[in-house]
Amino acid sequence: MDYAVIESYLPLYKDALALTLKIGWQGIALSLLVGLAGAAILHFKIRILKTITGIYIELFRNTPLLVQLFFLYFALPKIGIKITAQTCGVLGLGLLGGAYMIESFRSGLESIAVIQTESALSLGMTKEQTFIYVILPQAVSISVPGLLANVIFLLKETSVFSTISLMDLMFTAKDLIGMYAKTIECLFLLVVFYLIMLLPVSILGSILERRLRYAGFGD
Amino acid sequence: MSELLKVKNLHKEFGKNVVLKDINLSVEKGEVVVIIGPSGCGKSTFLRCLNGLEEIQGGVITVDGLPVESGKKEITKLRQKIGMVFQSYELFPHLSVIDNLILAPTKVQKRKKEEVIREATELLDRVGLLDKKDYFPRQLSGGQKQRVAIVRALLMHPEILLFDEVTAALDPEMVHEVLETMLKLAKSGSTMLIVTHEMSFAEAVADRILFFDNGEIVEEAEDVKGFFKEPKTERAKKFLRTFEYDSALYI
Repeated sequence: MDYAVIESYLPLYKDALALTLKIGWQGIALSLLVGLAGAAILHFKIRILKTITGIYIELFRNTPLLVQLFFLYFALPKIGIKITAQTCGVLGLGLLGGAYMIESFRSGLESIAVIQTESALSLGMTKEQTFIYVILPQAVSISVPGLLANVIFLLKETSVFSTISLMDLMFTAKDLIGMYAKTIECLFLLVVFYLIMLLPVSILGSILERRLRYAGFGD
Repeated sequence: MSELLKVKNLHKEFGKNVVLKDINLSVEKGEVVVIIGPSGCGKSTFLRCLNGLEEIQGGVITVDGLPVESGKKEITKLRQKIGMVFQSYELFPHLSVIDNLILAPTKVQKRKKEEVIREATELLDRVGLLDKKDYFPRQLSGGQKQRVAIVRALLMHPEILLFDEVTAALDPEMVHEVLETMLKLAKSGSTMLIVTHEMSFAEAVADRILFFDNGEIVEEAEDVKGFFKEPKTERAKKFLRTFEYDSALYI
């Protein structure tokens, strides 16, 4: 392995990491919003929206992100909607992630005993107040392991962005290999940078999980 | 005395299963009514109907002259008049004791936080739990949790309190502290409807006894002492005898 090569590539990888993180976190933030909204719709069993949410979940969980991105990037402009590659990445990740986040939030919500809701209602709370102040906080802490697994999964999925010419880590590696054929150095850097991106999330995740379990409501 | 709660021809069924048949009841302000009866006779369901947690299939329930209709928007207003304490306490596990207490008064009744905290502190002191103010429910014993749950209901200033077998899940030595709290409440003039299996407590606290069996009020007695000595109906006699037998076992 040629360390001079690695050193000279470093700035490019740093830029790529920055872009991957930027799109990644925006997409994850969007997926959490979608997840929460979807889980609330399912929780309250809101009529038509409930069906739409169900279809959405199945659609996005059963098609590859690559296909979804192609759709957003190449098909939407055909019907007059033009979005940048970055927006496309955020949207794709957010929508794919949203489908998984809904399921994680939902499993948390379903694990809260019905009588907790009844207890809150008995105090005169509305269904909405009960959801926000009593059920959701408990559900979220139960959902944390699932949500974190989704975050890691989504950050890894960003590698697909290279196909819509976003200069993410994967794109940078492929590009450099194509130009200079320093395959080993490029792949080595690629692995290292993915670890730099994901290890902190994993570690933070397990700390958070342990904390939550320690604070476990264990009633 | 004025009538606070009125139940007329209440009918409740789960599918084909009729759980409450033609229940009529009128409770006046300050009255303590104790409901006893075998398990599965419908007494808990009856309480749950009173604050609209269960839909009813027939009859009318009114509190303070207003109809209790589950599913209607007005039900949240009515439920503020009806406090309920559950067998399994149902404190909110993610909130400290004090936050459990002030949640509904501040969010539902929009009362000032400081004022509610002041009142909550006072009530906690009265039930001997002031030092547990910042504890979480998991750090409390069953008896302590149940007393917090009672305080939580009281803070809404309800006009009537429903107790659904509140000591049934407690260790024997915890039962006393909870019953003591309830007895004090009864003496202070609260209107209460109590479902319990604690017969001596029922005798001590009740102004009136309702004996439920098979979804019906089989016997109603204002002479509480008389009822426990010599109930009028055969079914009540049989029911009370099972308790004598039980206590005889432990002597």
